[in-house]
Amino acid sequence: MEWIRQKLDKFKEPFNKGNKLEKYAPAINALDTFLYTPNHTTQKGAHVRDAVDLKRTMITVVLALVPALIFGMWNGGYQYLSQIQTEVTFWEAFGHGALKILPMIAVSYGVGLGIEFAFAIFRGHEVNEGYLVTGLLIPMIMPIDIPLWMVALSVVFAVVIGKEAFGGTGMNILNPALTARAFAFFAYPTYMSGNQVWVSEASKVDGVSGETILGSLAAGNPVDYSAMDMFSGIIPGSFAETSTICILAGALLLVLTKVGSWRIILSAFIGASIMALIFNALPSMGIEGNELTNFPWYQHLIIGGLSFGIVFMATDPVSAAQTMKGKWIYGFLIGFFAVMIRVFNPAYPEGIMLAILLMNVFAPVIDHYVIDGNIKRRKKRVSSATAQIKTAV
Amino acid sequence: MDYINLFVRSIFIENMIFAYFLGMCSYLAVSKTVKTAVGLGAAVIFVLAITVPINFLLDQYLLKPGALQWLSPEYVDIDLSFLSFIMFIAVIASMVQLVEMVVEKFAPALYGALGIFLPLIAVNCAILGGSLFMQQKSFSAVSEAVTYGLGSGIGWFLAIIAIAAIREKITYSNVPAPLKGLGITFIITGLMAIGFMSFMGIKL
Repeated sequence: MEWIRQKLDKFKEPFNKGNKLEKYAPAINALDTFLYTPNHTTQKGAHVRDAVDLKRTMITVVLALVPALIFGMWNGGYQYLSQIQTEVTFWEAFGHGALKILPMIAVSYGVGLGIEFAFAIFRGHEVNEGYLVTGLLIPMIMPIDIPLWMVALSVVFAVVIGKEAFGGTGMNILNPALTARAFAFFAYPTYMSGNQVWVSEASKVDGVSGETILGSLAAGNPVDYSAMDMFSGIIPGSFAETSTICILAGALLLVLTKVGSWRIILSAFIGASIMALIFNALPSMGIEGNELTNFPWYQHLIIGGLSFGIVFMATDPVSAAQTMKGKWIYGFLIGFFAVMIRVFNPAYPEGIMLAILLMNVFAPVIDHYVIDGNIKRRKKRVSSATAQIKTAV
Repeated sequence: MDYINLFVRSIFIENMIFAYFLGMCSYLAVSKTVKTAVGLGAAVIFVLAITVPINFLLDQYLLKPGALQWLSPEYVDIDLSFLSFIMFIAVIASMVQLVEMVVEKFAPALYGALGIFLPLIAVNCAILGGSLFMQQKSFSAVSEAVTYGLGSGIGWFLAIIAIAAIREKITYSNVPAPLKGLGITFIITGLMAIGFMSFMGIKL
């Protein structure tokens, strides 16, 4: 390994301070720190000693995404092949799905990292690792047949407007991956919703029902998938959002490593269940519901992108609420709004994307008032303590 | 049920800021801190909740074609709706004057922080917009106008405290120099509008 280090040092020489290519140092430093742990330490001021840095945090999330990603590759192929042939082997399905998603991942990383590097060089700061996760999330929440240039364009929008305009990783207000999806969703609705896009090449195969469960529910049709299929994820949908079980595996890793907040995950599921339970209770109150309101509450939790969004997007530490109490409120409202949008809004069969974006907008307000409340409580405590002292004296 | 419907509608679906982009000037200028934003937002709620019903009554009994019938049946042809702009503005301006005096008396610090934007509520497009939308929607009762005014005020209030909290949060962000200040605020507003798209198209 030593010779790689030496080679790298030699290669880095023109980029050092005072040399010709100094301006491009951030790009080369990013490569360097990707391979080796940097050995510079903070010189002054208070600093936290911890083995976990941003890079390790991000890689943990990427690892947590892997089960869902692999399942998504298989499911993407399976949904397509099972329509045209009776027997589908694992590798056939996996290969077909992988061929679809790998170019998307390549485009997403290529375009996104290109922009990140360019901004780092122009603005003279280091390249941040935040894009590692975003770049993987974006293809995972896209429909299987979306043209690659749309992926690229959404990435450009999300990285430039959603993130770099605010100063890069850690400064954005909306989750960049969801910003990308929202951009694609509103800019190219025909490619992002409807019943043709969720199964690969559905329009070319006769008799394919490529609708997502939520899509067919919104259209008023009953669902013929079993709850087990929904839970394991053998249903049409965006690439990696379908399998609740793989997502829960990822969630376990995030919670155990404390990268993702269990408060947000738990409260979001509670919020979604409560909203769905309210809708389920409508018939007993004498209001006639429709297919969506009568859909069992526990099945609301395992279909569509709800669990994927809650586990991987709502817990984004940058755009989520920062305070402990704030996280409970933030998560609860995400689940609540997600199910509400599903049921009420005929324009969007899936609500989790917009619910998270909406709560991203309100997270700073929640934090502000939680902190305000803390300050008031402590002030009260101080004043009551001083009053006690005064009376004692 | 209709009132709840109208209320929710005017807060979220027909949000003054994110659906119509009305009242942007004070929304952009007074949203640097949450505290002043809350003050201005409360003032806007108050003014909207008062002026929309007053203007509704004016419209109903003075301005609408045939509104003067209650005086005498011979006025059935009179149409004073060309006066609605000036009448609405007059009502709004006097209400704002009232709010200004109240704020100056009871919250002098807030009065100082809001500065010129408090009297400028009089020409805030969200307020006049509220009255004009009311005219367009042809409500049947004054209580509907109250609900609508209150709802759109609360919608505006939510929007301004959300952006104020975001702007407080991004104080420490490394925003590119050309975008600092208003530039980034416009971008934030656009991104927030994406979040509010969740309510577009909801049929209640």
